[in-house]
Amino acid sequence: MDGSIQQGDTWTVAGRTFTSRLIVGTGKYKDYAENAAAAEAAGAEIVTVAVRRVNLSDPNQPMLVDYVKPDRFTFLPNTAGCFTGEDAIRTLRLAREAGGWDLVKLEVLSNTKHLLPDMEETLRALKLLVSDGFQVMVYCTDDPVYAKKLEEAGAAAIMPAAAPIGSGRGIQNFLNLGLIIEQSSVPVLVDAGVGTASDAVLAMEIGCDAVLMNTAIAEARSPILMADAMKHAVIAGREAFLAGRMPKRMYAEPSSPLSGLI
Amino acid sequence: MTLTINGEERAFGTLSNVAALVAELGLDARKVAVERNLEIVPRSAYLQTAIADGDRIEIVHFIGGG
Repeated sequence: MDGSIQQGDTWTVAGRTFTSRLIVGTGKYKDYAENAAAAEAAGAEIVTVAVRRVNLSDPNQPMLVDYVKPDRFTFLPNTAGCFTGEDAIRTLRLAREAGGWDLVKLEVLSNTKHLLPDMEETLRALKLLVSDGFQVMVYCTDDPVYAKKLEEAGAAAIMPAAAPIGSGRGIQNFLNLGLIIEQSSVPVLVDAGVGTASDAVLAMEIGCDAVLMNTAIAEARSPILMADAMKHAVIAGREAFLAGRMPKRMYAEPSSPLSGLI
Repeated sequence: MTLTINGEERAFGTLSNVAALVAELGLDARKVAVERNLEIVPRSAYLQTAIADGDRIEIVHFIGGG
């Protein structure tokens, strides 16, 4: 795993430590084989998964776990498609039984057009899940006030949307994202809205702990190549953050000395 | 007996427990999770959990998602 070139630069969520700062989704791929290859190319250690009814009419159809293997990746079950706290809890209890993991991604959506989270319901669901023993990474709006409430309610990670899910529009509010990063003592991840490698670089440069993406890789013309690009982007952004960027100036500063000219 | 599985009514012969139902459906018990009348059935309890006529069963697994 070469999720980071910087030796010993790891991040920890809910007591689990990871080297790769790129979490990838497993939706929208042509097939599970391409999905698995993209997750490998991304150097991911965590993948998000959804919980759905089995197809009873064809029990022999391909299953995700036969390709993207739970012994290779940490599965992060989501609550995609849930619109109430009760739906989310029911889904994640089934996920916990199916997989045996208590680390989950909570997303309680408001509306199918923009898929932005319903924060009041998200906060309520988070409290229910925490009291049920889950470790909850929370998909949220980029509102620093709600982000703080989530942290106080026991969120294991704060995961603001950079832009709507699947929109590929990149970070829409750097100011809010920066405020959330500054105030949070749990990991902050950009979740949703990344479109291309530069979006991932920017997220990491401003200090996100990791980035979560699905569509940017799955809908690229070559998902495997884009997964590799995203791996490098996340590493580059992280290293630039650690290195500390030069100040921005109004005027030029010559790189070659002006003295000693012939 | 008639069960509602994943929202669909289906008729079965006599099924003694959840393990028998999962086997009857041709599913790998290690890859699914089962809910019976809104209660999770732990995998370790499939043999001990009886099925009754009219039960509402949900059987789920992991699929791709973001």
